[in-house]
Amino acid sequence: MNWNQILLMRNEIVLTLIILLVLVSDLIVKDNRKKIISNIAIGLFVIHMLIGFIPMPEGSLFGGMYRTNHLIFGFKIILNVGVLLILLQSASWLHDKLQDTTKIGEFYIILFSSLLGIYFMVSSGHFLILYMGLELSVLPISALAAYEVYNRKSSEAAIKLILSAAISSGVFLFGISILYAVSGSLYFDDILGKLPISYFSVMGLVFFFSGLAFKISLVPFHLWTADVYEGAPTPVSNYLSVISKAGAVFILMVLLFITMNTLHDIWIYLVYGITVLTMFIGNFFALRQENMKRFLAFSSVAQAGFILMAMVSANQAGVSSVVYFMAIYIFSNIGAFGVVEAISMKTGKENMKDYAGLYRTNPKLSLVLMLSLFSLAGIPPVAGFFGKFFLYTAAAGQGFYVLVFIAVVNVTISLYYYLKVIREAFLRTSDTPIAYFKSDNYMKVSLAIVAVILLVIGLYSPFYDYIYSVSNIVNF
Amino acid sequence: MIEGVSIYEILTLTTTVFFIGVYGFVTRKNLMAMLISIELILNSAAINFVVVNKYLFPAKMDGDIFSIFIIAIAAGETALALAIIINLYRLIMSVKTKDLETMKH
Repeated sequence: MNWNQILLMRNEIVLTLIILLVLVSDLIVKDNRKKIISNIAIGLFVIHMLIGFIPMPEGSLFGGMYRTNHLIFGFKIILNVGVLLILLQSASWLHDKLQDTTKIGEFYIILFSSLLGIYFMVSSGHFLILYMGLELSVLPISALAAYEVYNRKSSEAAIKLILSAAISSGVFLFGISILYAVSGSLYFDDILGKLPISYFSVMGLVFFFSGLAFKISLVPFHLWTADVYEGAPTPVSNYLSVISKAGAVFILMVLLFITMNTLHDIWIYLVYGITVLTMFIGNFFALRQENMKRFLAFSSVAQAGFILMAMVSANQAGVSSVVYFMAIYIFSNIGAFGVVEAISMKTGKENMKDYAGLYRTNPKLSLVLMLSLFSLAGIPPVAGFFGKFFLYTAAAGQGFYVLVFIAVVNVTISLYYYLKVIREAFLRTSDTPIAYFKSDNYMKVSLAIVAVILLVIGLYSPFYDYIYSVSNIVNF
Repeated sequence: MIEGVSIYEILTLTTTVFFIGVYGFVTRKNLMAMLISIELILNSAAINFVVVNKYLFPAKMDGDIFSIFIIAIAAGETALALAIIINLYRLIMSVKTKDLETMKH
């Protein structure tokens, strides 16, 4: 192993350095000037994101335990941009909302650790690295959910998150142990083609799948989602709903498509059934939510169902449509959560009814809200439509017309509740609307970037072409 | 490898322990008891790894090493969960799940 090979882990190495630098600067900076750490951390992360764009060869390290290819490289760039936007949105919460500003540094250190875990999870080539990455990504984030230590709801969200994360990783491990017993190896490459269709390996598959389904909040395992998103601080729920979910979806896709392709005839039924359940239950529960964070939680459950729908195809179009939709979903959800956060930061209001008349008082904010919700619903000029379109194409390309029909029905249901919010903001008037307010610059920059990305990314076809060209990881 | 004990018996044991853990997690009304149930689940998985390695694939040590990592990470997980439970106890003076629920719709 030489220097060039070690550089394949560039993302992880730079992020570890940033964690150490933030830690050191947290020690140096005096207690009354801690706000400067936000600037340091965000500045360092911008540098990290820019370094991430430098092209990198494919390869693997540590005997195949860690691997990277062009798809993983592109996916990490998407994650980096998403995390940067979340960091920009969290600055005002950190500066103004917390009683104890001496803890600002911790937030960045813990959040970056979680991102490091997701990096390892995404580029794992061995179940041990996958497990470590999963734990490293979820444990710091449950510590962050309890970040407002004097807030009862925050602690409640944290305990729910840590307990469900712990049991899901237990189930996940049990599944891995069975797969190990069947195939005799823990390397993804060695397992390839060694999983026979037998009761034992199907049991392992089901346990393994349910462990990851907890992280993606697919339906039988979604019960923690709404409570955690509502109770946790908004930037943390934002991170949970996009970045953690994206990492878990990616590795689930890679494992199902490549490593477990001998079990394809079995897991196709599993994925099919769970997709239908997830879409319907996520949508029907989202219909009756009044709190915006709970509403976005159930909407993200329903979106997970759409993502899973493309997985039935198990080919190159499936991979590219899932990754493309994940990218769009990340930015749409960050936009929606950002608006909710900006409003709850200034006024403390989180209910849908409070948004009445928002357009008259805060037109720019409600435009960003509209763009992100249209994108989540999949209405044509915005990016979300193209994401959904490719998901349908991927599923229909393999002949799953019934599934596509069910998905279209669900999109129609979801339009109702997304438009309900937009109706409150644009058409309704209220005697006590949310007063005009100015967010801080970080929040403004972040929401502006989200709006531009949502308008541009769907129409800029080289983006999809690039993802499609690097998605040739499936070959069967 | 233990004389006179086949892999079937040990796997039956670990599977039983696993489902006792799941049952306990679902039915217990105390956060500490739920943590203990999670420990049962993690330990059953760890034993599974060791047994599979020892009985079926003794040439390499994949499973043994994995079980060591499981034990270490489980300890970290429990420590974090305990820290959160202690913080919650300061706020509501209870570790019962029925005193916990405020968000439920």
